[in-house]
Amino acid sequence: MADRISDIWGARTPYAAGQEWPVRVDEQLAPDADPGRVRWVPSACVLCSNGCGCDIAVQDGRMVGVRGHAADRISHGRLGPKGLFAGWQAASAPDRLRRPQVRRGGRLVETSWDEAMGLLTATSRRLLDEGGPLTHGFYTTGQLFLEEYYTLGVIGKAGLGTPHMDGNTRLCTATAAAALKETFGCDGQPGSYADVDSADAIFLYGHNVAETQTVLWARILDRLAGPDRPALVCVDPRRTNVADAAEVHLPIRPGTNVALLNALIHEVIRTGAVESGYVAAHTVGFDELARTAAAYPPEEAARICDVPAADIRRAAEIFCHAPRVLSTVLQGVYQSHQATAASCQVNNLHLLRGMLGRPGCGLLQMNGQPTSENTRECGADGDLPGFRNWANQTHIGELAKLWRVDPMVIPHWAEPTHAMQIIRYAEQGSIRLLWIVGTNPVVTLPDVARIRRLLAAEQLFVIAQDCFPTETTELADLVLPAAMWGEKEGTFTNTDRTVHHSGKAVDPPGEARADLDIFLDYAHRMDLRDRDGGPLIRWTDPEGAFTAWQECSRGRPCDYTGLSYARLREGPVQWPCDDARPGGTERLYTDGFFPTRAEQCETYGHDLLTGAAVTPEQYALLRPDGRAVLKAAHYLRPDLGAGDFPLLLTTGRTAYHFHTRTKTARAPHLNAAAPAPWVEVSTADAAELGLAEGDLALVESARGAVRLPVRIARGRPGVVFIPFHYGWWDDPADPHRAANELTETAWDPVSKQPQFKLAAVRLSRAGPDDGTAPAPAQTASAAAGREG
Amino acid sequence: MHIATYLGLLHGGENALADTYDVVRTGHADEAGIAHTCRLLAAQCRAHVNALAPIVERYGEHREDEPDRLHAEALPEARTGGVGLLRDLQDLLLLATLVDCSWTAVCQAAQALHDHELIAVVAACQGETKVQQGWLTTQLKAAAPQALLVAR
Ligand code: SF4
Repeated sequence: MADRISDIWGARTPYAAGQEWPVRVDEQLAPDADPGRVRWVPSACVLCSNGCGCDIAVQDGRMVGVRGHAADRISHGRLGPKGLFAGWQAASAPDRLRRPQVRRGGRLVETSWDEAMGLLTATSRRLLDEGGPLTHGFYTTGQLFLEEYYTLGVIGKAGLGTPHMDGNTRLCTATAAAALKETFGCDGQPGSYADVDSADAIFLYGHNVAETQTVLWARILDRLAGPDRPALVCVDPRRTNVADAAEVHLPIRPGTNVALLNALIHEVIRTGAVESGYVAAHTVGFDELARTAAAYPPEEAARICDVPAADIRRAAEIFCHAPRVLSTVLQGVYQSHQATAASCQVNNLHLLRGMLGRPGCGLLQMNGQPTSENTRECGADGDLPGFRNWANQTHIGELAKLWRVDPMVIPHWAEPTHAMQIIRYAEQGSIRLLWIVGTNPVVTLPDVARIRRLLAAEQLFVIAQDCFPTETTELADLVLPAAMWGEKEGTFTNTDRTVHHSGKAVDPPGEARADLDIFLDYAHRMDLRDRDGGPLIRWTDPEGAFTAWQECSRGRPCDYTGLSYARLREGPVQWPCDDARPGGTERLYTDGFFPTRAEQCETYGHDLLTGAAVTPEQYALLRPDGRAVLKAAHYLRPDLGAGDFPLLLTTGRTAYHFHTRTKTARAPHLNAAAPAPWVEVSTADAAELGLAEGDLALVESARGAVRLPVRIARGRPGVVFIPFHYGWWDDPADPHRAANELTETAWDPVSKQPQFKLAAVRLSRAGPDDGTAPAPAQTASAAAGREG
Repeated sequence: MHIATYLGLLHGGENALADTYDVVRTGHADEAGIAHTCRLLAAQCRAHVNALAPIVERYGEHREDEPDRLHAEALPEARTGGVGLLRDLQDLLLLATLVDCSWTAVCQAAQALHDHELIAVVAACQGETKVQQGWLTTQLKAAAPQALLVAR
């Protein structure tokens, strides 16, 4: 069998446009597994936003492997390295959290669930008495199940009444949601993964799909190996595998996406490629968009982005002439200072050409984490459940009726609080209980020195709920051990609206509990009630939570009412799925009608420069009435602060790891493939700084410093890259090696997504060559000198 | 003709607003979202002053000195804490509203004068002033409950 650690994408199965992607079933079993005795439990992988359908192998009450699902619409049987190794191997790691822990005399000591939950509810009650619900904040994740998000959303919004609920999805998917809302009036992924099968051109904006979603890249590679390969256009300052395969690679200066996209719009308009009938019937805002784009001829964008104007023109030609274009967008766009503005321009390009809702004409505003879509739908983040509009009293009334509470209980006086603001309130001491679930903010948030300081503060009661000890659980006052994937039942929705059911294969270790059970226990102990005096949460298991959520989604764009556990056990379905669409919905907006009517939309929108909320009155004047909104934006130079920091740092995910390696580092093969962090430097910068491969470099920003081995890679000069996965739990000797020691507390004004792709740094040589950097050789991290 | 008086009011108002954005930006540097936007908006106000320059050249400019009436004056320094931020935002909103009123008056006069150049300047600038008011209102709404109920 192929070594799927070095062979990340597996063997090619070429196919032509319009054909089905051929099946290739990938499987990995533990050496001691006995295929004859293994029981298979259907699930899907939770290590990126693909959600590849798979079966979990179970033997003697233990997960012993995994196998791709041949019939799965996302993977057609495939699994990538993380999917093959990380989930089941991490589950049996010896250092899983098995019992609750409480801080006593400065140390975490084990305790019983009864005592742990007693302490939690006593603290919660006391703070509610003293200061009300605004003392409570929730910082969760993109890795729970739908049922858990919805239950938590109801607890927070209808039980406690706090607007302070968000998650690390703010770091990964907030801009996708924001851009879809601004343009189409409501969240909801327009396209489908099947658009890869028929696209004539694929544009990837800041989306290193070869590493972020390896199975999706395998699908694109199979098209590229087929007879009528699509033209790839890659916008990325790094020389990624996508860039290697691209017809046009635009390695733009970080933070200049808006200028580039405006130039593409400029060319679409200049060359007459605009589908005028579609634009007239289905959009508003064309005149202002055209006026704005007029300022960005390719030469101007070339100057701003520092790429050849001829390449921009070539990309524009491909966009204007391809009969079917698929565009995908990810963190290179989302984690910038003009994130939403740039993402909206990708939406605009598709609207201008009427390229939506048909096979191959897709738009995928990508997600990072596997279940981030569900927190957006269910309202455990800064949104209201069912894509409801906080400024629409009718929407609030629907929720109040459904939950049997007074509408005033549901916080809707302003937009829900975003993650960085929750953190700020915790720092200032007005949030005094912070419940962190399934994430590791001391490694993942910007400026982690500050995060460490504020989480350790005496005044803040920190609950950390996780499957593993992390840098964050180390600082918590209360640690709650959670079950992981395969140890609990639930559903989740991937980035193209595909809903999978994931079965319970084994029991969690020790006393660890499903996140859902922890939330239910909290609601019960807090005695949260509706206005009739009945329990607020009337369900007791995942299926009950799913049924409650279905009712909440009824009539909304993310309608789940046609689904059921029984239906999902047969295979995944794309929402919306209701009586009228029992088979689900492959693509949204096939008829060019968008959920922008005032009574329907999830938001009235924002000013893209400042984030100022558009008022209902202003929205009424705009009268989108089912048409999409073409929102224009000028390029704005990023504010990189003062000081002698001549290089730009970008951070990102790499092929072998996920999140802060809680799972992937506990899978020995994945860990060995990239065991420690590194810094990528371009050949030109390395020469100028006198750095050789493997040298130790000191990387400094206005926030902090890290010392990392140098990989001389193929990225653009002036830009350095550090993978964001590495904390210090597996190397306590170097507690300051996280990429986020260097990043700035700054975010996009609309989506509030932090700017991880834009920190000013300087580099110097700190030590001699220590061999080679611990960086992969097959990816964007490959050493310079390797040919395409 | 008193248009010079209003150009003076606008000029003074935009400058006071710009200076106050700077004061709030440095005084509340730890409020990252607010500080970043204040920097942008200060520059926007100063661009408005520049856009007025050719108009002032034609009509002149008269600066009123009315210390005993409501007038635009920059905040000398930022306040501190959650409630302090709220009050600073409120002062910014008052200044922006003053500026908006002046633009409205100038716009009316420009139309009566058939002064196309001035109409174009107003069209470009007043829209931005209105967005500033919208941003300040958005911030104020979001910050008020926390500041007034639970800030320490
Ligand atoms: S592509 Fe994503 S979902 Fe699929 S196997 Fe890899 S990590 Fe899992």
